[in-house]
Amino acid sequence: MRLHLAALSLRRHLSRTLLAGLGVAVSAAMLLDMVMLATGMRESFAGLLGRNGFTIRASPRGTLPFDSEATVGDAADAAAAIARVNGVTTVAPVLGATIHVLDADAPVTAFALGVDPSVQGDYELLAGQDPVSPNELVASDALLARLSKRVGDTVAVAVGFDPQLQTYAGRRRLVISGRARFLFLSAEDRAAALQLSTVQEMGGPGRRDRVSLFMVRTAPAADAEAARAAIEREVPRVTALSIAGAVAEAENRLSYFRQLAFILGAVSLIVGFLLVTTMVTVSVNERIGEIAVMRAIGVSRLHVVHQIVLEGVAISLAGAVVGLVLGVGTARYLNSILRGFPGLPDAIDFFLFQPESALRALSLLVLSGIAAGIYPAWRAASLPVAATLREEAVG
Amino acid sequence: MNGEPLVSTRELHRDYALAGAAVHAVRNVSFDVGPGEYLAIVGPSGCGKSTLLNLIGAIDRPTRGTVAIDGTDVGALPDRAATRFRLTKIGFVFQRFYLLPVLTARENLELPMAEANVPQGERRRRALELLGYVGLAPRADHRPSELSGGEQQRVAIARALANRPLLLLADEPTGELDAQTGADVIRLFDRVNRDGVTVIVVTHDEQLAAAARRVIHMLDGRVVRDEPMLRRA
Repeated sequence: MRLHLAALSLRRHLSRTLLAGLGVAVSAAMLLDMVMLATGMRESFAGLLGRNGFTIRASPRGTLPFDSEATVGDAADAAAAIARVNGVTTVAPVLGATIHVLDADAPVTAFALGVDPSVQGDYELLAGQDPVSPNELVASDALLARLSKRVGDTVAVAVGFDPQLQTYAGRRRLVISGRARFLFLSAEDRAAALQLSTVQEMGGPGRRDRVSLFMVRTAPAADAEAARAAIEREVPRVTALSIAGAVAEAENRLSYFRQLAFILGAVSLIVGFLLVTTMVTVSVNERIGEIAVMRAIGVSRLHVVHQIVLEGVAISLAGAVVGLVLGVGTARYLNSILRGFPGLPDAIDFFLFQPESALRALSLLVLSGIAAGIYPAWRAASLPVAATLREEAVG
Repeated sequence: MNGEPLVSTRELHRDYALAGAAVHAVRNVSFDVGPGEYLAIVGPSGCGKSTLLNLIGAIDRPTRGTVAIDGTDVGALPDRAATRFRLTKIGFVFQRFYLLPVLTARENLELPMAEANVPQGERRRRALELLGYVGLAPRADHRPSELSGGEQQRVAIARALANRPLLLLADEPTGELDAQTGADVIRLFDRVNRDGVTVIVVTHDEQLAAAARRVIHMLDGRVVRDEPMLRRA
């Protein structure tokens, strides 16, 4: 009966109820988007780093991966030392370099990764095969498009360009063995992956037995943080970073995003609360006489409060459901815009829908709807019955 | 009056402040009403009739004195108990009907029964029975806005009887009705009383007062005359 009465009361002023519900929906959508924004980058970044099971990155001491052009020397020894650390299952060395493809009208510059194709975690092969021989490379679609080349074609590649002498340290003709999507680069980046030894040799003596980064995979049951600390102990010339550490570092750099999301989320919640409070208060004030009559014929205060709070909850719930759809839609649209920023890896999302976070945020909104209804409801239920009836009769 | 009174007021006072001045709405009122009686309280506007009715109906509290219904001092009951008492022992009829506009006639009757935890099937059956009693069974699914004033008041009377009260209180029940529909409502009160319900009405309506078996006259918050309606005896 209470639910029925609450539903009928809301239907009495349908357009007002719908407008209030829509207001709450917009507020819910905003709250949801802010929650998605606050956690989206962190979670998608963590997901990206953890892809293929690589849980630790070891880069030259004091640097972050590919933060500088610094490299680690005696890479083979370092790789062996890291491989001996308890819990480590795979060590994938990576050497970054700038390559120049000389087959076009003007040299085309691209970012190249020297990898061990059997254990690498930097790219996903889309077509063809890995660069299993020293004279092969896989290229991103952006590079292939710029060169107007296809898998199977041959290209002249040079590294170590000296701008004063206009010469290159090393040149080679390489066969394009495959097309690849580079996980940590954007779709627009011109990139290629070669065998590690190829990049080292083409870079000359300065690059011999050197790497930019070790990507390290640990056993599922292993303590990645303990392995990270052990790597730094065993190979003091590297700084090892676990996923949690990398995420914390990224969060530190993106703290403005989080603060902005928190403030806007809180504002959304307050706006939703005020909307429901206003709606319920107006509705209660219009029905003071009815409520007094209900009390007079023996309806308990608790029943009156329940009924009015139910009205607030119904508006909040309906707003939350519509807000969920609206929020997800808005987030997708905004995400597509933000992901268009140059240089962002494809796998990075600004807005990430996580059912648990969404449920928590929308539950908070519904709770605020309950809180919004309690005060006006209790105030109405506590009015002196006789005096209210007398005033209503006069009115 | 034989046996124990159903309603007993003793030295009843109700004062309240109005615009800073003390108003003595009810002064030293004492009377008894026996089970099955039909009492009309009459007097000029502002003489304290409605306030007295509210005190008897446990929706207001006396400043001094007592009002007992069926042996319970209702003025001393805490809010929750007073609410429960009203629900189960007293039926109210108001001048302006005060039906809930969003509910149908039947649902208006079911509301107090639902509050009293009457099972759904039983309350539906009883609501239809009561609507039949007041001659409105065909209008069960109509909302108050679709009913005439007289029909609304008959639904309000049926609602007041929903939980089989000991006492029916009515405040100017014909005040908003024309003479013909007012007469219908008067006949209905008479029937309710003949069916065993104690009725107390507050009214300006001479016809309604004349239908009662006893009339109390009030003036300035006091009972100035308490007389049986001899022609009905």
